[in-house]
Amino acid sequence: MIKLNNRACEWEEGLTVQGLLDKKRYTYPKLIIKINNVLVPQDEYTSTVIRDGDDVKVIHLLAGG
Amino acid sequence: MNIEKLKSAHKLLNEYKYELGKIEKGYTNRTLYINVGDNTIKEKPVTQLMKDKFIGGKGFGLYYLWHAVTPETKWNDSENEIVIGSGPIGGITQYPGAGKSLVCSLSPLTGMAMDSNVGGYFGPLLKFSGFDALELQGKAEKDVIIFIDGNKGTITIEEAPEEAIDSHILGEQLTEMYAENEEDKRNISVVSAGSAANHAYMGLLNFTFYDVRRKQIRLKQAGRGGIGTVFRDKKIKAVVIRFAGVKGNLNNADDQGKINRTGIKLHKEIHDFDAQQCRMRQVGTANIIEVMDQYDLLPTHNYKFGAHPDTYKISSKVFTGMITQNTPDGCWYGCSLSCAKAVDHFELKTGPYKGQKVIVDGPEYENAAGLGSNCGIFDPHAVLELNFYCDTYAIDTISYGTMTAFVMECYENGLINKEITGGLELNFGNAEASLEMLHQMARGEGFGKLAGLGVRNLKKIFAEQYGADPVFLNDIGMEQKGLEFSEYMPKESLAQQGGYGLTNKGPQHDEAWLIFMDMVNNQIPTFEDKAEALHYFPMFRTWFGLNGLCKLPWNDIIPASNKHSDEPAKIPEHVQNYVELFNGVTGKNIDKEQLIIQSERVYNFQRIFNIRMGYGKRIHDAIPYRAMGPVTVEEYLSRAERYDGQLKELVGFNPEGKSTEEKMAALRAYREDQYQMLTDAVYKRRGWTMDGVPTIEHLQSIGMDLPEVIEVVKKHL
Ligand code: SF4
Repeated sequence: MIKLNNRACEWEEGLTVQGLLDKKRYTYPKLIIKINNVLVPQDEYTSTVIRDGDDVKVIHLLAGG
Repeated sequence: MNIEKLKSAHKLLNEYKYELGKIEKGYTNRTLYINVGDNTIKEKPVTQLMKDKFIGGKGFGLYYLWHAVTPETKWNDSENEIVIGSGPIGGITQYPGAGKSLVCSLSPLTGMAMDSNVGGYFGPLLKFSGFDALELQGKAEKDVIIFIDGNKGTITIEEAPEEAIDSHILGEQLTEMYAENEEDKRNISVVSAGSAANHAYMGLLNFTFYDVRRKQIRLKQAGRGGIGTVFRDKKIKAVVIRFAGVKGNLNNADDQGKINRTGIKLHKEIHDFDAQQCRMRQVGTANIIEVMDQYDLLPTHNYKFGAHPDTYKISSKVFTGMITQNTPDGCWYGCSLSCAKAVDHFELKTGPYKGQKVIVDGPEYENAAGLGSNCGIFDPHAVLELNFYCDTYAIDTISYGTMTAFVMECYENGLINKEITGGLELNFGNAEASLEMLHQMARGEGFGKLAGLGVRNLKKIFAEQYGADPVFLNDIGMEQKGLEFSEYMPKESLAQQGGYGLTNKGPQHDEAWLIFMDMVNNQIPTFEDKAEALHYFPMFRTWFGLNGLCKLPWNDIIPASNKHSDEPAKIPEHVQNYVELFNGVTGKNIDKEQLIIQSERVYNFQRIFNIRMGYGKRIHDAIPYRAMGPVTVEEYLSRAERYDGQLKELVGFNPEGKSTEEKMAALRAYREDQYQMLTDAVYKRRGWTMDGVPTIEHLQSIGMDLPEVIEVVKKHL
């Protein structure tokens, strides 16, 4: 299990940031992603692997329609 | 178009000459008052109190409106006013989004002060012509046009019997009539309504700007709350302004360099990031149609569901293919975010202009969602045709979409039938029926005329005259305070329920849009966190309307610094830009906290204005259950896993072996209670009593303790 935005979330071996976004259908383009409080640059979403127990934040930047 | 003939039918009712003004630090220090009942035209000074407490734009509008009406005034009484104004920052050309006009009036839908924000050139040209705001009062006997020539210093009121009423024609006629030559057309802006505003309560105002590339006018809408209906009730056909000589320094800013530097920074961000972020320049606000669908937030079938398998048919990709312009368009000079999209040569299939090729301004997200998915209509041509006719007839697409969705659900449930609708088969998805209803609204005929009264009135009529169950109607009728909800699904986000419900004018998302912060990001988990967001964002966003600004350049483009910020949702770098702009123009020295207090004063004033009109209390902040949770079994089952889980985890109710009805009842009790607890927390944070009345101590602390305000409040404490 990992923490995703402070909620428990299923984890599997080899899960990448991009894999998580796909799984959660997080398609919105303006995201800030941090793993254990370290920022993940957009060009590293596919190569960054999430480990069991990680604290992941996927912050969607939209506070206005 | 025989302009000479139209013009020769005009009868001059009054002409007024004025000294051309000079703008100092964003203000002309003068406003214009016109009464179309007795043809008075006069100037009024802007007082220091107005500038200190109300700033401009919507602040001035509410201030004038308050003093024009009494608690007994109805929207169609002659003392009701329409006030149009920009704001101290309005009209600058160096920073994107500085050309908005704010329009205030007592609304036919809500009975309270409505404010609506609109692009087009009118507000800035009014200021450059010498006036910080325009008040329109009285009722004319016959249709009139008001013409302000900001170069010559003349204002006329003219009887105008022969021009069209519908905006796409009237705007062209008047631009042609009042421009001195082709080159001069860009200096004209026309405010007008349309034929449906003669009958429906959801009438809007169109503001034009002249598109020099297309050589045609474009229409931007002050959509919400029926101000176009008030305009037509006053028998005003149009207000036309002409001002030649727009330049970047007309505001006589205190520190032009500061404004230039702030602007350059944002232009660069837009240039560097828009194509990866929101694609505003390419698609406009329609970019979020599929995003909302993917996050289960796109209202479909009268807000029953948040997604639909056919959404791809009206996705932004489809509309991008139909948008025919090749360069991005801004609705005021210098807006490089340029979201003002249009579809050219669009051939109409129905109605009085059938067969003609027209420009459709749009589609905005709200149109695609309201006219489309919410009514189960996934035909992009139909969405554009509805969009065009709503605009030219002057009907608010949001109210129309939400009202139509409601009527369709009533029809599908047998609460109304074909006999009542005059043969219209108002099933979800029936675009033809929706279009015919809209044409009826413009003609003032049949079921369309009735529908134009809006959801609140329809609920009453369906219950009282046709025996429909009032409880069910109240659950599914997506209106609050008389205004139809805008097009986002708030059901799964408690904070957004507050963002819609705990507002001044009714459920419009321009105060707060918190769905991602709440539901997806989980950044505001407690009631106190939500209340803080429901304090900060409505106050921050109110500020745009005080200053003549567009909200989009605040957070539809994100600076690189934002990922390192502690409060990314606020876009702190952009907040600081606004502080710089305000100080740069006015020469004052506010900071980001004082910015919020400026808004808080006007926000509380508007709340108290509502109370003065007999509304504005806790009871008026209640929202229909459809906005909070599943009203029908069908809705519950569509998200059964989520709802069952919540019952177990949050409510302490074991769903095993329970009927859907029992589970729905338990969920409903829980969610309604949550909304009440949220209301408590928000009122507390805003300095209000538990009945929603601002306390005197709070008003004193923010500097909104004007005697007339305290007098109203005292009676309710
Ligand atoms: S962002 Fe769009 S609506 Fe706002 S000012 Fe620019 S063009 Fe107009």
